[in-house]
Amino acid sequence: MLKKTLDISSSPHIYKGRSTNEIMKNVVWALLPVVFFSVYSFGLNALLVIATATFASVLTEHVLCRLSKKETTIGDYSAVITGLLLGLTLPPSFPLWMAFIGGIIGIALGKYIFGGLGYNVFNPALVARAVLQAAFPVAITTWHPAFLTDRFSSIASSVFTLPFMEPKFDVISGATPLSAFKFDGVTTSTAELAFGQVSGSAGETCAVIIILGGIYLIARNMMNWRIPAAVLLSAFVLSGILYSINSELYPSPWFMLFSGGLMLGAVFMATDMVSSPITPIGLWIYGGIIGILTIVIRVWGGLSEGVMYSILLANAISPHIDSIIKNRVYGTKRKIKTA
Amino acid sequence: MSDDKQKVTSTDEFIKGLWRDNPVFVQVLGMCPTLAVSNTAENALAMGLATAFVLLMSNILVSLLRNFVPKQVRIASYILIIATFVTVTDYAIQAISVELHKSLGAFISLIVVNCLILSRAEAFASKNTIGKSILDALGMGLGFTLALFCLGAVREILGNGSIFNMPIFSEGFQSWIVMILPAGGFFTLALWLLIINALQTRKAKS
Repeated sequence: MLKKTLDISSSPHIYKGRSTNEIMKNVVWALLPVVFFSVYSFGLNALLVIATATFASVLTEHVLCRLSKKETTIGDYSAVITGLLLGLTLPPSFPLWMAFIGGIIGIALGKYIFGGLGYNVFNPALVARAVLQAAFPVAITTWHPAFLTDRFSSIASSVFTLPFMEPKFDVISGATPLSAFKFDGVTTSTAELAFGQVSGSAGETCAVIIILGGIYLIARNMMNWRIPAAVLLSAFVLSGILYSINSELYPSPWFMLFSGGLMLGAVFMATDMVSSPITPIGLWIYGGIIGILTIVIRVWGGLSEGVMYSILLANAISPHIDSIIKNRVYGTKRKIKTA
Repeated sequence: MSDDKQKVTSTDEFIKGLWRDNPVFVQVLGMCPTLAVSNTAENALAMGLATAFVLLMSNILVSLLRNFVPKQVRIASYILIIATFVTVTDYAIQAISVELHKSLGAFISLIVVNCLILSRAEAFASKNTIGKSILDALGMGLGFTLALFCLGAVREILGNGSIFNMPIFSEGFQSWIVMILPAGGFFTLALWLLIINALQTRKAKS
């Protein structure tokens, strides 16, 4: 029988036939090489930290859905991505109980409190990391050296710290290229940075693998290329200008581009679909703000790394970016210039 | 029904400030001291009691003078009354413990602008008898103290591993620095609001 009523629905009316689920799954595929490299370079420590953060995120999502009597949404992989990203931004010898709390905070405070997937103002993984950074500043800035010979047989003592207890870090700890530069004035060669021969957060060390993951997502049209392009370009240009002014004081733009979490942030965090603008020009502005703020924090700020805060700040203003550059609707009045 | 509503028992006047109309958790009044000095249980308790004292005294005086103060200058006279008692409290705390006075800092003087006190003066004491005003002030004051203590206890336990400066964890507790910072105040307040709201919604449903 023919339906008598007319269904009224809002746009979009044409679908690509692609679900959130599928896109998220592909992001997970793109992240897996990063995870593998992280485990390869940091050993069991990184594996445990990433697994714990992911498990906590998925568990929290499930429990919160149950508590609010909704169907569980862990099947859409978004919680997995949040957990993976959080794990990848933590130092490899991070205590597991802190990583677990991070996972809970990311989903509960970063996502679910706003209404779940599609409503979060900030990138959930970065919310979690920001809280962890504020709560445990020592643990989150104690880095583990990469490529230790016993990395697949032994686990750092700090990883299995009892819940709520202060971690005791091993004596040997590595400095990240950024902190080495900021506090000791030592630069690391770009080749070492690009292929992940350095210390740092679990997943930020190998720039090449991250770029490959990004290219895969862009090629499948699941990520907007403008964001990483804008972030990297603006960071490169600003640090290039600084380098040309005084190459003694400021590091080279290539160092800035490949060190720290800039690559991971530009490719996997800033591109979070929910918390970034939707208009093409807006995306350029958004990415530009992230890149410039990152360099500003790195060069003049008190911290050695600024990607996290710059992405969170840009997340906060992304709806405003869209509303500022909104096109004039045809037929409406032009803004009258007040001369 | 309407008869019931008019006959509010005196216990009701007292209880409402503690729970149903709790100044912090329900009315969300007086946020400045709530967020600023609830970093330890001791500070929170001192601040709560100081505010409760000022509230009680100002409610009494406002209620006594309610038929003498002209309507046009009532706010100014309330502020004057409140400020007097704040000054008394300020000196009293300084005399009792200089250390506490130091850690509360400017927030003692800022009790003057705590909108909880002014709102009780304007909305309750200026319209009710002195007996009711005393009960109202006691309820609201203790409710405020209770709320501040709830916040301060959570923040001190997580941020310092202690309560009233007595460590409650064994050696090697990892303190959550963020809880001592202003951001921790917002987190804890939001957490308590969430819990209280959930409880009250459940109560309203059943």
